[in-house]
Amino acid sequence: MKSSCDLAVHAAALTKTFGPTRALNGVDLSVPAGSVYGFLGPNGAGKTTTLRILATLLRPDAGAAQVLGHDVVREPDAVRARISLAGQFASVDEDLTGSENLRILGRLQGHRPRAARARAQELIEAFGLVDAADRPVKTYSGGMRRRLDLAGSLTAAPDLIFLDEPTTGLDPAGRTQVWAIVRALADQGTTILLTTQYLDEADQLAARIAVIDHGRVIAEGTPGQLRESVGSSTLHIRLTHPEQRPEAARTLERVFGLPVHLDANPAALSVSGRTPHQAATALADLCRDGTGVAGFSLGRPSLDEVFLALTAHSDSGQEHVA
Amino acid sequence: MTLAPPAQATPAPTSGPPAFTPGTRPVPPSPASAALTFAWRALLKIRRVPEQLSDVIAVPIIFTLLFTYLFGGALAGSPHRYLQFLLPGTLVMAVLLATMYTGVNLNTDLSKGVYDRFRTLPIWRPAPIVGALLGDTLRYLLASTLVIALGVALGYRPGGGVSGVLLAVALVVVFALALSWVFTLLGLVLRSSNAILSLAMVVLFPLTLASNTFVDPRTMPGWLRAVVEANPVTHLVTAARDAMAGTATLGQVGTVLLASAALVAVFAPLTMRAYRTRQ
Ligand SMILES: Nc1ncnc2c1ncn2[C@@H]1O[C@H](COP(=O)(O)OP(=O)(O)OP(=O)(O)O)[C@@H](O)[C@H]1O
Ligand SMILES: [Mg+2]
Repeated sequence: MKSSCDLAVHAAALTKTFGPTRALNGVDLSVPAGSVYGFLGPNGAGKTTTLRILATLLRPDAGAAQVLGHDVVREPDAVRARISLAGQFASVDEDLTGSENLRILGRLQGHRPRAARARAQELIEAFGLVDAADRPVKTYSGGMRRRLDLAGSLTAAPDLIFLDEPTTGLDPAGRTQVWAIVRALADQGTTILLTTQYLDEADQLAARIAVIDHGRVIAEGTPGQLRESVGSSTLHIRLTHPEQRPEAARTLERVFGLPVHLDANPAALSVSGRTPHQAATALADLCRDGTGVAGFSLGRPSLDEVFLALTAHSDSGQEHVA
Repeated sequence: MTLAPPAQATPAPTSGPPAFTPGTRPVPPSPASAALTFAWRALLKIRRVPEQLSDVIAVPIIFTLLFTYLFGGALAGSPHRYLQFLLPGTLVMAVLLATMYTGVNLNTDLSKGVYDRFRTLPIWRPAPIVGALLGDTLRYLLASTLVIALGVALGYRPGGGVSGVLLAVALVVVFALALSWVFTLLGLVLRSSNAILSLAMVVLFPLTLASNTFVDPRTMPGWLRAVVEANPVTHLVTAARDAMAGTATLGQVGTVLLASAALVAVFAPLTMRAYRTRQ
């Protein structure tokens, strides 16, 4: 077995079925200690299920996982003593105030009443919840609730924190605040495993990323490696005549050597490339062939495009880019 | 031609990084400390949402008034004389009916994300349930106080005095806590609080009505009398009645404690198994 000393999480071949649904289909995961690890995937990919297994809430049907060196099924208490979980749907008590929530969690971690109160106060101040501290959580905005949820994970210095979609539903300012908290935690040496549906977010925060789809990890690596495999920039094209799309797709495929994504809009298509130069070549070729281009833009690849590219890779047996 | 800027520009940070220390990791709490924290949580919730007590307050008052004046004249010649017989039974009925909310509350609580967090804490496994039961003790004491205060106001006089009344309340609360484990189990295995409430009616009404609460079993046909005398609630009512009259025997107290222990011995392990395997 692989050494798990410097790994915060080591999971091998995790499977989990819910009735007819195969939620996890052999998930392998190695999360190095002391960094932010991104777990990226679309709805229903198996992110929450994986996190719940690692956080001892769910037993895997098969496979094994060690968290901080302890087996999640055989030694759940040893794991629980050192982890924290902020679930996908805020895991705080709606009827109680923010301060009461944090004090209860502090007491349940083993703090004496005075220490629990002091820690709650510190977190309330750090997370900008002073004005709301004595209001029931049901009066909080989504962003405040998320911050309280994060604070709830920090009452007792965990070594590893699981954050399930910490920014889903937040506005850009709220998202930036959560990112700042995650970065501050990482700077303190806490390992963070966070799930997200946004490549952008994983890219911003994570030292390494695993991409999961249909219950399997289909790619793993640093954001740089991942982008490399997908293309750093995506060319979006809107055609004047939708009937020219097949022709345009062939041209793009030739220039980029990668699968072309056909948009729901019949006049639109996109492809990821490694350099803006490829985009320039492709546009020139389209122009020469007489394809009418109504507009184009060059942006970062969307999650859709990452998946398209990665699924193409895994079809040819090249599963791990790292 | 110019290229458009990247579609997903990152917003600039609006504030500096939050300032907090890593904090310390204490030794995990003892089972008692964890359970007491959950009891404290239950009390905080009652303070924040006091309307959850409305049933616990209304039922004892309605029962005491209704049964005294409804049956009093017919069964004992006068409501006043009947009250002397009935009141300990109303006490039992009011408190036992309050046990079903244990299951309802646990069920609603479990459907919230906060329980996922509790289940990842390094605490004694039964602490959330034991703590909730400790919190429920307050409801049971509240219901008991209401029944007795109203009874005394209507003319009930306990021959056993304050100590007799306290013994009766203690017996009723102990039995209610034991019976609560039936409802923690139902709260864990049933899908909705409505399902729990309807099953609770099916369990609690026969249990409390087919007893000696309202009439002496000697007036009943033989088969019913056999059922009533086997019903643990009958033994509880007898013990409470005699305790309040000051004539309780050790045997009566022992029977109630034994029945309570039996309920816990069966339903506490079943509850904990359901709690462990619930996903
Ligand atoms: N308790 C459950 N009962 C039945 N099916 C479940 C259960 N939990 C998860 N599933 C199914 O397992 C699959 C994976 O779900 P999971 O919640 O892990 O996905 P996810 O990646 O977290 O998705 P999302 O981004 O929507 O949160 C889905 O098809 C889901 O419907
Ligand atoms: Mg999820």
